[in-house]
Amino acid sequence: MTVADFAFYIFAAVVVGSGLMVTISRNPVHAVLWLISAFVGATGLFVLLGAEFIAMLLLIVYVGAVAVLFLFVVMMLDVDFAALKGEMARAMPLALLIGVILLMQIGIAFSAWRVSGNMSLANPTPGDIDNARAIGLLVYDRYIYLFQASGLVLLVAMIGAILLTLRHRTGIRRQNVLHQMWRDPAETVEMKDVKPGQGL
Amino acid sequence: MVGIEHYIMVAATLFVIGIFGLFLNRKNVIVILMSIELILLSANISFVAFSSYHGDLTGQIFTLFVLTVAAAEAAIGLAILVVFFRNRGTIDVEDVNVMKG
Repeated sequence: MTVADFAFYIFAAVVVGSGLMVTISRNPVHAVLWLISAFVGATGLFVLLGAEFIAMLLLIVYVGAVAVLFLFVVMMLDVDFAALKGEMARAMPLALLIGVILLMQIGIAFSAWRVSGNMSLANPTPGDIDNARAIGLLVYDRYIYLFQASGLVLLVAMIGAILLTLRHRTGIRRQNVLHQMWRDPAETVEMKDVKPGQGL
Repeated sequence: MVGIEHYIMVAATLFVIGIFGLFLNRKNVIVILMSIELILLSANISFVAFSSYHGDLTGQIFTLFVLTVAAAEAAIGLAILVVFFRNRGTIDVEDVNVMKG
């Protein structure tokens, strides 16, 4: 067994074990932390497969953005998770049944799977340049419209998320910039000539 | 020697774990969203494994777009969840049918 094989088994165990812990952990904060662990394990698998760019992207996008987003929401919502978890024991038999059936179906499909001998590659991996460069050449050239469309998806998601969660509370004194700018010392400040010993 | 079968097995197991999580945590939307992330991750592992096996970069390109969609989906899903919690005070999915006619 080579070092790469050993690393594969380690990362595979991390991914599968962390994935299982995400679904069965009682505390959602722990679930998010297990999710991060699963992503890190998948990053290791991608590095082993020679997809370094996707691996680093997974680390940045998933661990850096999505998992932290989950963590924020879990901590922001004051939910009684213990009450929600009470249902888990009741749903366990059905979930196990569906999981086992699905696993068997995938096993059946997998046992009949053969690689076709005569297949043509759409984008063969160039041997002389590194992974990130090859992906960049493809994404910015052949898949430029898809790339732009994915940017549009992210824009729509951003606007949607802001629009959904933005709320204007009433009864709060806000800064009115225009009002502030039009304020004139002549209207608001009054000079009073105060006599000594008399006051106003 | 670790071949593509091993990677596909990991991806299939992760996919089944994701589906299992969907059914196990039917009331907790946050864990449901995390299970969906696991399912998308299993799809990504499958894509990259085949990409590496066939020496074809298309799988890795597709993984890029799956990643984008997953990030957008998580953002929108969590925004909906925050709004739902603000209005109802709970994240129980079985309460979502209040709009039912």
